[in-house]
Amino acid sequence: MNKKFDPKQNYETSMKRVGYIEREKATPKDYAKMGFKSGLEVHQQLNTKEKLFCRCPAGIYQDLQDYDAELIRHMRPTLSEMGTYDGTALMEFRTKKNIIYRIKNETTCTYEIDDTPPFKINPEALKYAIEISLLMHQNIVGELHITRKQYLDGSIPTGFQRTAIVGIEGEIPLEHKKVRIIQLSVEEDSCREVSDIGHERIYTTDRLGIPLIETVTYPDMLTPDEVMEAGQVLRFINRSSGKVRVGIGSGRQDVNVSITGGTRVEIKGVSHIKWLAKLTHIEAFRQKALLEIKETLLKRVSVPEKWQPTFKHLSFDISDIEYFPIKQAMNKGWKLIACNLPEFKGILSFFMQPGKTFADELEGRLKVIACLERPNMMHSEDMNPVFNKDMLKKRSTLLQSGDNDAQIVFWAPEEDMKTAMETIEERCRMAFEGVPNETRKALIDGTTIFERVLPGADRMYPDTDSAPIPIPDDEIEGIRQELPVELEKRIAQLKKWNVPEDCFHYILRNDLMPLIENIIHEQKVSPKWLCTFFGHTLKHIEGQYQPSKPFNYSLILNMIKYLQKNTIHLTILPDVITTLYQHPQMEFDSIIKLIKYSPKSEKEIVSHISSLHKMFMEIGFSKSTKSEHNWIMGQLRPIALGNMPLKKLSKSVAEYLTAEEQ
Amino acid sequence: MIDIFKGYRGKALEILKKYNVRVWSDAEIKTTRGSFNGIILPRSENDDDWHIVLKLATGYNVGIDVNTITDMKEIGYKEAHYKIPEKKFPYTKGKPSVKLFGTGGTIASRLDYRTGAVIPAFSPGELYGAVPELANICNLQTEKLFAVFSENMGPDQYKKLAVAIGKEIEKGIDGIVIGHGTDTLHHTAAALSFMIQNSPVPIVLVGSQRSSDRPSSDAALNLIHATTTAATSDIAEVLVCMFGPTSDEYGLLHRGTRVRKMHSSYRSTFRTIGDVPLATVTRDGVQPIKPEYNHRRKDKKVKILPYFEEKIALLYYYPNMQPDMIYSLIDNDYKGIVIAGTGLGHVNKPLYPAIRKCKEKGIPVYMTVQTLWGYVHMFVYDTGRDLMSDGIIPAENMLPEVAYVKLGWALGQTGDSEKVKELMLTPIAGDITKREPYNGYLVYQGGIPEVEEFIKKVHK
Repeated sequence: MNKKFDPKQNYETSMKRVGYIEREKATPKDYAKMGFKSGLEVHQQLNTKEKLFCRCPAGIYQDLQDYDAELIRHMRPTLSEMGTYDGTALMEFRTKKNIIYRIKNETTCTYEIDDTPPFKINPEALKYAIEISLLMHQNIVGELHITRKQYLDGSIPTGFQRTAIVGIEGEIPLEHKKVRIIQLSVEEDSCREVSDIGHERIYTTDRLGIPLIETVTYPDMLTPDEVMEAGQVLRFINRSSGKVRVGIGSGRQDVNVSITGGTRVEIKGVSHIKWLAKLTHIEAFRQKALLEIKETLLKRVSVPEKWQPTFKHLSFDISDIEYFPIKQAMNKGWKLIACNLPEFKGILSFFMQPGKTFADELEGRLKVIACLERPNMMHSEDMNPVFNKDMLKKRSTLLQSGDNDAQIVFWAPEEDMKTAMETIEERCRMAFEGVPNETRKALIDGTTIFERVLPGADRMYPDTDSAPIPIPDDEIEGIRQELPVELEKRIAQLKKWNVPEDCFHYILRNDLMPLIENIIHEQKVSPKWLCTFFGHTLKHIEGQYQPSKPFNYSLILNMIKYLQKNTIHLTILPDVITTLYQHPQMEFDSIIKLIKYSPKSEKEIVSHISSLHKMFMEIGFSKSTKSEHNWIMGQLRPIALGNMPLKKLSKSVAEYLTAEEQ
Repeated sequence: MIDIFKGYRGKALEILKKYNVRVWSDAEIKTTRGSFNGIILPRSENDDDWHIVLKLATGYNVGIDVNTITDMKEIGYKEAHYKIPEKKFPYTKGKPSVKLFGTGGTIASRLDYRTGAVIPAFSPGELYGAVPELANICNLQTEKLFAVFSENMGPDQYKKLAVAIGKEIEKGIDGIVIGHGTDTLHHTAAALSFMIQNSPVPIVLVGSQRSSDRPSSDAALNLIHATTTAATSDIAEVLVCMFGPTSDEYGLLHRGTRVRKMHSSYRSTFRTIGDVPLATVTRDGVQPIKPEYNHRRKDKKVKILPYFEEKIALLYYYPNMQPDMIYSLIDNDYKGIVIAGTGLGHVNKPLYPAIRKCKEKGIPVYMTVQTLWGYVHMFVYDTGRDLMSDGIIPAENMLPEVAYVKLGWALGQTGDSEKVKELMLTPIAGDITKREPYNGYLVYQGGIPEVEEFIKKVHK
């Protein structure tokens, strides 16, 4: 017992005990062993002109600091339709936040600030939602019922999101399996958060009310890779409709993860599909770690109900501490509270996620529920302890701590003290039960932090401000007639054309199939060549350059038409599109001039080979045929582009050189 | 008999009966559009008769077209009991006692499946369950006098309310709160201002613009403000207590005779017209704006005058109004008329003979202004002078609705035109003011740079 406790060592040991491995090293077998299960909720904004329940323009964003007026609201929990309160609602009420909305005339009317009842649902949005629902083979409802989904975090000024189920029970194809869809709803987007500090949270209302669809899958994904694949397929399907918004923030996903013995945890606001794999991977191990902690605690404490932390005002002198957060707290006149957690030794520094321990779970909840900005606590298993030996001793005496206990010291203003103590006790009690039901916020490094308690079906309430809207059979049939080609068929088509697989993603993500089919049909170009042009060349151009105005892909069809008409060979396409992409408004004639194209006959071009050969003999360092071939091609490429296929030129060069050698 | 098919009728009812599936049952429904599982909910009577409402496991509701149903089966039953948790309202010795009268409206409410709208919840226990803060303010008693929507409040209710309030004051209550729908809140406020005179305690009317079944409702804060006013305010008058700005910041206390609902849906819909409000109120208490008001007293000497003549009319004048509008009032035995005239108080020439006829018949006609702000000034133009000689009596700066209520109240007491005139033109509760403060009229125009600058600085 005299051996000094090393938190770092404990972190490493516990990580091994959990069996954490890097995602790259994990196999489907590892996930199967854990009982990994994951489902997705994909949010996708619809490309409508106006918002969902009012006539404000959709899709205009302001700078976060740009606003005309502010207003303030508080949220109170209300009963659900089934007569119960929702857990999240009660938690959010406890946090007592002042919620401030920044509004701008251009994008906000009296509806967004909840001073006018909703107008009739935007028919354009409803039509798009039905279309995408049909693409996922769902059962379309007979009548749309607008429901209020409570959100007490303030992200919607009404305190609820108006949402309605359009279809249920569908499926989407993954490469090796089908994933089932629970439902698709059409709903209004929420506010954008500006800041959340202490008891004040600020939102801007520009995004509020933009129509979006939410597609929810069953937890059919059994590995992080499948989660990512499903995310991509859903995106392809949404985009194949041509009716959705693209760009930053227009598509967001929430992902649910559970493992055997764990519980459903929802990670919210994942803005990039490629992040899904790492996030779900880490979450699975976080749950595993919590289960290990549960096992340890239950071994130490036989009757968890009797487990009780103690809280004491820190009465001894710590005024010479240089640690800034504590200095600041003392300057503000805040109280410091010491807390003893019986039998919790080794738990606070127990591995949770890469670089994070169980103490971070407490810190996260203190921030969200008790509104205490981080860092808001320190503890006996800190990697860099703040208290000196003397203080530690005093703390132990104050709390009458046992050898197997752990201690926390936190600081808070008087009014948040009670909530903070309740929060710590509550979270520690949950450790005896395993994995708490919660929603967590995704961070860029693949880890997550506590966001709020997971809401249930209890937060739903019928919208008494709007009447149900029937969706008759003929309306559905009308939409069905105009559906785009199904994703599976599109992939089959690409395979049939022998298009390299690494082109699929780009083509489907940008919904280019209709355009490609159009070009092939009108201009008789090789499908494989064209798709490769899009999937490799255009993708590369997009990554390299910034367009001065939004680039419309249909310009490529016009350019190909122009080249064909002027009998300019398509070999020049990469060069002209590079320029066109940067200057979508430039005239085609100017582009051709700019890249210095001049018409030349094949014969003339080929005639240069002999003189270039002579020149190479004089100046070339290497005498190999291959370097000579490359050099000549390099010299002739600029004049050959648009005038003859490069392959043909290369063949002529090779023939000449072979003849010369002999 | 218990209705097991709540709200369903026609085709939908037939289908439910055919498959023997009740409301609140957990059902499996097969349709031509696929299968749907969930709990069958009651249906609003106003909705069509060919859809069945289903609550899915995710909590969402959807409607099923009965024409697509091919089979249906009841597999369980789960009835919802929508009830605000009732907790006994705690009694704290030394706290002021406040009486809350319920008239209907949305101060606290729950879902009504019959109409799909909300119905009020009211007992002290329910209110305490929903707004526990009330217990820190006062000891609350409640009494449900009526359960009517605001638009159905009328003379009968005004009189009963006045009498009930009088009784409470005589019993020694410290303050009165009246929960009321907002549409005609200012009519009731005016009526009570005339029917209850010399009150020793505050009488506070309150409502909500967003029903209390939504998290952002103004109901709870309005109720907190109103009970704070009733319990602690020194202003012993009939007041309307509603949001000042749309923000959850402070409430305004408006004098019952100078207040009007000015927006169909805004939280800050009630405004004092032709004057400044009496005070602001927050959770911390009341801060007076106007120094002159009736102070709270210890005595119980209240005067209750519950009178009202119902055959009176308020005419909103418009160009081209035909005289038969007024003749029909005369023919139907109306006892008094208030006109909301244009500008300074005008109507067109063709109405003159009809107005003269009123004079002959002894029907008093009072003139108010539809501009709402400002006084009737009938000497400025000849037309005004003509009207007055025809018997129209200018009602100073009384608001049209207030003049209407006051005329009903005056005629309820006497048929003598002169006595009515005396009652009408003697200010009773700020209904007519001697002067209009320059800062009473402040309808600022949005878009003007200095206004925009101001709006940006304060919480709207």
